[in-house]
Amino acid sequence: MFEELLGLFITAIFVENMALAFFLGMCTFLAISKKVDAAVGLGIAVVVVLGITVPVNNLIYALILQEGALSWISEDLAAVDLSFLGYLSYIGVIAALVQIIEMFLDKYVPKLYNALGVFLPLITVNCAILGASLFMVERDYNFSESVVYGLGAGIGWALAIAALAGIREKLKYSDIPPGLRGLGITFIATGLMSLGFMSFSGVQL
Amino acid sequence: MASQSKKVLMDPLFNNNPIGLQILGICSALAVTTSMTVALVMCLAVIFVLCLSNFFIALIRNQIPSNIRIIVQMTIIASLVIVVDQILKAYAYNISQQLSVFVGLIITNCIVLGRAEAFAMQNPPGISFIDGLGNALGYSVVLMIVAFFRELFGAGSLFGFQVLTPVSEGGFYEPNGLFLLPPSAFFIIGFMIWALRVWKPEQVEQDEFEIRPNVNKEAF
Repeated sequence: MFEELLGLFITAIFVENMALAFFLGMCTFLAISKKVDAAVGLGIAVVVVLGITVPVNNLIYALILQEGALSWISEDLAAVDLSFLGYLSYIGVIAALVQIIEMFLDKYVPKLYNALGVFLPLITVNCAILGASLFMVERDYNFSESVVYGLGAGIGWALAIAALAGIREKLKYSDIPPGLRGLGITFIATGLMSLGFMSFSGVQL
Repeated sequence: MASQSKKVLMDPLFNNNPIGLQILGICSALAVTTSMTVALVMCLAVIFVLCLSNFFIALIRNQIPSNIRIIVQMTIIASLVIVVDQILKAYAYNISQQLSVFVGLIITNCIVLGRAEAFAMQNPPGISFIDGLGNALGYSVVLMIVAFFRELFGAGSLFGFQVLTPVSEGGFYEPNGLFLLPPSAFFIIGFMIWALRVWKPEQVEQDEFEIRPNVNKEAF
């Protein structure tokens, strides 16, 4: 049991890295990776939000949306299949949770709130968050697996953005052909990182 | 009016391309481009969602309270995506399996929310619809170009038809498997942006630093 979860955790971080293997959360990934400290702040915010939203969406799917999930209310509802409402509920949960986390941090942990700043609201539209929830549903994770998967996916994403920010801080002193400056060279650097991460893909746990 | 519509429609294609310049909607551009058929279906889905979401959001833009506008926009977008998803599952089940989670991820595709925020909230429905169409087409152009190269070099085919006969079937072409793997998509888009900016030099980003020629020779 424990070994399986550990394997899932490592797989989610390295082998199935959200940013470099599935291209999720690319918009924020490319836009906010100019400075290392901003990138690390955003990474931490993503870990927190993913660690909470994936398990919550797992509960919603298992207890409300899945076919036959409503049978705990009454036997008549056993045939109800609400899974087509999935997208709407997941994005609603994510938007609401991000708002709650924001208010909570503002009130009780102002230091972290100031550090995360504008990144928290941005996270609602980060595809890595919704993507992790959708993968969780597609792969039929149970509750404990979804906790581990959420955290692992978040840490993998944070690792990738921090690494890219480090590369870009060095890159800005280099002499790049005009057409490649900025976005172009960032894409190519990300491609090389993605190649590097592919070497993990043979790892069996 | 006619010239304004044309400008709104044509600008996002090359001059202000959502992927090449605005850094929007990149996630799905990379993930669904291993074959042209899948990419085409994805483009049609995005065109549908983007046009209609822009249209409906513009229709009710004066009724949306500004502090909950994101949730309202999200609800409209998510409902449209559910429609697309159900249609795909009913009529193109194989392709919907290949697209897997990426149909759902149209909800968080930044182009959709970005255009809703930037354009549909300020403009009447008709022109917003055209803006949605223009941006969706700009996105589609990039997607189809990337898919063209990835499928041609990765599998030797286009839309599933064999163009270059692979060695395994007695032909001459050795398929380059790298093109079907994630990193190639980054490289292709990177080089495409380079080509676009050589063609339209005004899109080149300025460096934060100027590198001065080394004048102090005695240091060496």
